[in-house]
Amino acid sequence: MNIVVLVKQVPDSGAERTLSAGDNTVERGSASNVINEMDEYAIEEALKIKEAHGGEVTVLTMGPERAAESIRKALSMGPDKAVHVQDDALRGSCAVATSKVLAAALGTLNADIIVCGAESTDGRVQVMPHMLAERLGIAALTGARKLTIDGSQLTAERQTDEGYEVVTAATPAVVSVWDTINEPRYPSFKGIMAAKKKPVTVLSLADLGVAADEVGTAGATSQVVEFAKRPPRSAGTKITDEGTGGEQLVAFLATEKFV
Amino acid sequence: MAEVLVVVEASQASGVKKVTLEMLTIARSLGDVSAVVLGGEGATALFAEKLGEYGASKIYSGEGEEVDGYLVAPKATAVAELVKRVEPVAVLLASTQEGKEIAGRLAVKLDNGLLTDAVELAPDGTATQVIFAGSTIVKAKVTKGLPIVTIRPNSVTPSAAPATPAVEQLTLAVSAADKLTRVVERVAEQKGSRPELTEASIVVSGGRGVGNADNFQLVEEMADLLGGAVGASRAAVDSGYYPHQFQVGQTGKTVFL
Repeated sequence: MNIVVLVKQVPDSGAERTLSAGDNTVERGSASNVINEMDEYAIEEALKIKEAHGGEVTVLTMGPERAAESIRKALSMGPDKAVHVQDDALRGSCAVATSKVLAAALGTLNADIIVCGAESTDGRVQVMPHMLAERLGIAALTGARKLTIDGSQLTAERQTDEGYEVVTAATPAVVSVWDTINEPRYPSFKGIMAAKKKPVTVLSLADLGVAADEVGTAGATSQVVEFAKRPPRSAGTKITDEGTGGEQLVAFLATEKFV
Repeated sequence: MAEVLVVVEASQASGVKKVTLEMLTIARSLGDVSAVVLGGEGATALFAEKLGEYGASKIYSGEGEEVDGYLVAPKATAVAELVKRVEPVAVLLASTQEGKEIAGRLAVKLDNGLLTDAVELAPDGTATQVIFAGSTIVKAKVTKGLPIVTIRPNSVTPSAAPATPAVEQLTLAVSAADKLTRVVERVAEQKGSRPELTEASIVVSGGRGVGNADNFQLVEEMADLLGGAVGASRAAVDSGYYPHQFQVGQTGKTVFL
């Protein structure tokens, strides 16, 4: 199996996140940046597929130069190599343009399975797997909490609001996963050392044959007109039960008109 | 007046979802509302009355195994064909996993912008979004093509505006590429008559302090007494106290912004 796993570097959701005052795009320079959390589950699933069925795992990232840190971190978990799509013109790309670039990059990688996280913690848009499947003309099994592989046939349990759907498709396919699917491994010391020597290919827009005016703020299909910070939420009321906890709780619920 | 398409989110089991009524309510300020029902055989008959009650003057109906038996792609094709034919001023979809996925494919097919998780949509197409875990409010517009916008559940209070919708059957042009992912089975795990988490006005959420899975019965009892939904923190879900689909917060469902 030739497996590609999509990894996105995002501002840490535990730190202060903001948009840039200049062009209203996500500020990716100031915040502490991390691998999008859901992508760690995608990496783990990709490694499990490789362990069970053989093959190779390639990390694919689109992002600025500093996304290289996240690529090394991803590689330290065990993938074999990485492709980093990096071009100054990409700054401020919308989902539609991003899917165009990633699809072009995937076109060079000939993957049987493309694994990605179900959503990123910055945009939370959830559209990328289906956008890529649409562009590449391949199957998409999204929102998986379980994946089984039988030869070239993939079957996933897709989490829904009411329960789950069993969906099935043949490779090549895009699979997106939730954090219920596995428990990502921690990089070992050996893994961290090995990651430093793993090949990372850097591709520009020109390498992919995508025009600069189709991406970034120039080619964006949507635009943030304005944004404002909200005042931080105040802490809730904490009740310590010293015998009358229940009564206090009911009294609180009554003032809030819940009961 | 111009036509606005609302892609209906509904299920045979629980009927028309509240978010659909919210979309119909918002859509009325943008133009004449047409609901698009894509689902299994008989879906339109099941939902038509409710859609009319909330102001749909027209229903486009695409039903059958061709749509229902495959994941997302046939629905996106049906909506894309409809958009090309009737040239609506906007397309509204639910900000649910499937609603967003249809929107994503639609945007690629039409080479059109999209906005997700809108909590408001002005008549000029400006959407309000709340991002970064509720810390920032954004106003955004689609700048290429028509507004394709997904509406977050619990954004507005649905209001009725009775209409008698005319039903038009869609001629579906589902391609082989739309049928790559087959839906083999749909399994309902939701128990009882509790409201859905994203649509409930009251959520009783339990954390790690609940202690174990059995104790979540207490949370369930309280939710039932208040007519609310049950939620669980990530810590509680990770500890195996409660199933993941009830997780609220950053990596779960958004129930309050």
